[in-house]
Amino acid sequence: MDFRDSPEEAAFRERLRSWLAERAGTFPTSGDDYWRRQGEWHRALHAAGFFGLSWPRAYGGQELPPVYDVILDEELARAGAPPRPSLGYLVQGLGRHGSEELRRRFLPGMINGTERWCQGFSEPGAGSDLAALTTTATRDGDEYVVHGHKIWTSYSDVADWCLLLARTDPDAPRHQGISAFVVSMHQPGIEQRPLKMINGVTTEFGQVLFEGARVPADQMVGAPGEGWRLAMTVVGHEREPSTLGFSARYGKTVRTLAARVEGAPPAELAWAAVQTEMLRLHVRRRLSEQLDGVSHGPEGSLDKLLMTWVEQDVGHAALAMGGTRDPELLSTYLYSRAQSVMGGTSQIQKNIIASRILGLGA
Amino acid sequence: MDARLTTEQRELRAAAARLADELGPGSVLDLDDADRVARLEKAVAATGWRTLRSDGASGVEVALVAEEFARGLVDVPFAGPVLADDLRRDDTAEPWTVAVDGEAADARDARRVLVLQGRRILAGRAGHAVAGVDLTRRNAEVSGPFEPVGEVSAEHAERWRALALVVTCADLLGAARGAHTLACEYAKVREQYGNPIGSYQAVAHLLAEGLALIEGSISVLRHAAWAVDELTPAEAVHAARVAKLYCARAARTVCETSVQVHGGIGNTWECLAHVYLRRVLASTDLFPAGLEEIDLGLS
Ligand SMILES: Cc1cc2nc3c(=O)[nH]c(=O)nc-3n(C[C@H](O)[C@H](O)[C@H](O)COP(=O)(O)OP(=O)(O)OC[C@H]3O[C@@H](n4cnc5c(N)ncnc54)[C@H](O)[C@@H]3O)c2cc1C
Repeated sequence: MDFRDSPEEAAFRERLRSWLAERAGTFPTSGDDYWRRQGEWHRALHAAGFFGLSWPRAYGGQELPPVYDVILDEELARAGAPPRPSLGYLVQGLGRHGSEELRRRFLPGMINGTERWCQGFSEPGAGSDLAALTTTATRDGDEYVVHGHKIWTSYSDVADWCLLLARTDPDAPRHQGISAFVVSMHQPGIEQRPLKMINGVTTEFGQVLFEGARVPADQMVGAPGEGWRLAMTVVGHEREPSTLGFSARYGKTVRTLAARVEGAPPAELAWAAVQTEMLRLHVRRRLSEQLDGVSHGPEGSLDKLLMTWVEQDVGHAALAMGGTRDPELLSTYLYSRAQSVMGGTSQIQKNIIASRILGLGA
Repeated sequence: MDARLTTEQRELRAAAARLADELGPGSVLDLDDADRVARLEKAVAATGWRTLRSDGASGVEVALVAEEFARGLVDVPFAGPVLADDLRRDDTAEPWTVAVDGEAADARDARRVLVLQGRRILAGRAGHAVAGVDLTRRNAEVSGPFEPVGEVSAEHAERWRALALVVTCADLLGAARGAHTLACEYAKVREQYGNPIGSYQAVAHLLAEGLALIEGSISVLRHAAWAVDELTPAEAVHAARVAKLYCARAARTVCETSVQVHGGIGNTWECLAHVYLRRVLASTDLFPAGLEEIDLGLS
């Protein structure tokens, strides 16, 4: 056991730090400005060799051990840079379920940031109960034709591609009739309807209407009916703070708040500092466990719950520091409320923990 | 960067768990079973774990034993003697413990008590037991005359404080795990409305939250225990304070959940849930940490 950097890790950190010293300040870190230039930030990070650290070289990754992501997140936060784009769960979905041909075609662009992606899972009638989804994909020669309504689709307005879940077999039991596709977002059969988020941001997520959108049959990911398994891979990884890279961002918020303290800090802020430090160390432990080949099971739900509590306590600290009078702090607080909904609500995470880890048969 | 336990550390943890499971109290009645306590005392003494520090063990190993002992409600001294050993680093047959705020902590059977005053170590005597919240460990009065028995470096004194916090954190985590397991087992067998109570979300979610709090505690404690010997003394104390604040809140919540999940029985003397809760309250008070001590810049 050693929580310190190994010599290789320290050298990597050093290189990253000096790169960030030049580049970090030039990118916005929040709000609509951040989202607008997020693609550019992604490409800059990747071009310098600081993105996709643990992914295969063949697809544009660096093939480093998973703990390097911790170093990346810590240094980004320390430098006041934007967080790393969180799309590890999509990489996992495509990487594990896609054919080698699909992986070669799509992973490099996803990883290097030249092609942008969104995740079309949720629908108005299918949120927590994702298997209730009704979007259909019907075979028509070499193509499938898609009809349906997706909602809460993050980054849909800038996406080039959508990893879409649709029903291909209406007669199969509901978990088995679903398939996954890579659908182009640039075509006439797609209509985008923006959504304004609770904090006023318009670039976070949107609604996407598929009205006869077409997708080549060879852009189905995995076999027909494998969509549910892919979905479980994706949401499993979407629950991990280590995949999302959020933990250092919370630390940064705490430090920013601490810099404004005059006199005794509010208890909410000190508690947020404790929580943030816990999450930092928790991510390190989880990533270390991956060295033993520990696979991603329902434990991700524990991590998601911890991450949610931390983000929402940081949000409360922002409020305690005068958040209602400061637009940025208020936005931090309001945005934190989404963490217990996105990627599976806290109630759903607790259901998973109770039934699959504790064996409570809930 | 590697937060994993070594094979030896896993083996030590398993050995401590076995001992606690075999000889720790399985019920509130067992607390009064003098034969069992005597056998437990003999077994713990034979392991030599009370002198882990003078045998060169790290904070991580000490924490692992403390955690498993608390999980099994081991009701013979460990924290007190191990902290005394860290100060004295010499192995004598006499049972030692340490004093905090004028009281000998974890002092069952202890005859001699060490007091750390700045860097000076004074030795006094343990007297009558003091009434306390904990049913598994007891404190005692301390009486003089106090004789100086040595001095530690400023650095050692600071690391000792970190170790003391870490040992109490490990105790909190272990007690939380024990209380949580107790509640999960009960939730699987107790039926109401024709179903096990654990099948109701309101109960299941409390227990799910408890497990997340335990996982968070493991992570923050692991680092603090490592830091005792590996970071600067000031960093070690800070890491330990962070861990203490987190583990104390988490453990109390988990124990309260355990009481709640047990219903009426949970509010009786006969249910072990309150024995865990009491141990958690005692370990929170022993070497306490306050939010106002947290350095907001360090995290
Ligand atoms: C910021 C943000 C970004 C998102 N990004 C995406 C994206 O990119 N792609 C995508 O596909 N989706 C995305 N989502 C959607 C998200 O996954 C869903 O909102 C979420 O799964 C909940 O579904 P729902 O909104 O339909 O709520 P519902 O499922 O209707 O839930 C409403 C309430 O009921 C509770 N509830 C529901 N079922 C149960 C149950 N069985 N037991 C106990 N309680 C229950 C929930 O916990 C919740 O509190 C995003 C959401 C947010 C907020």
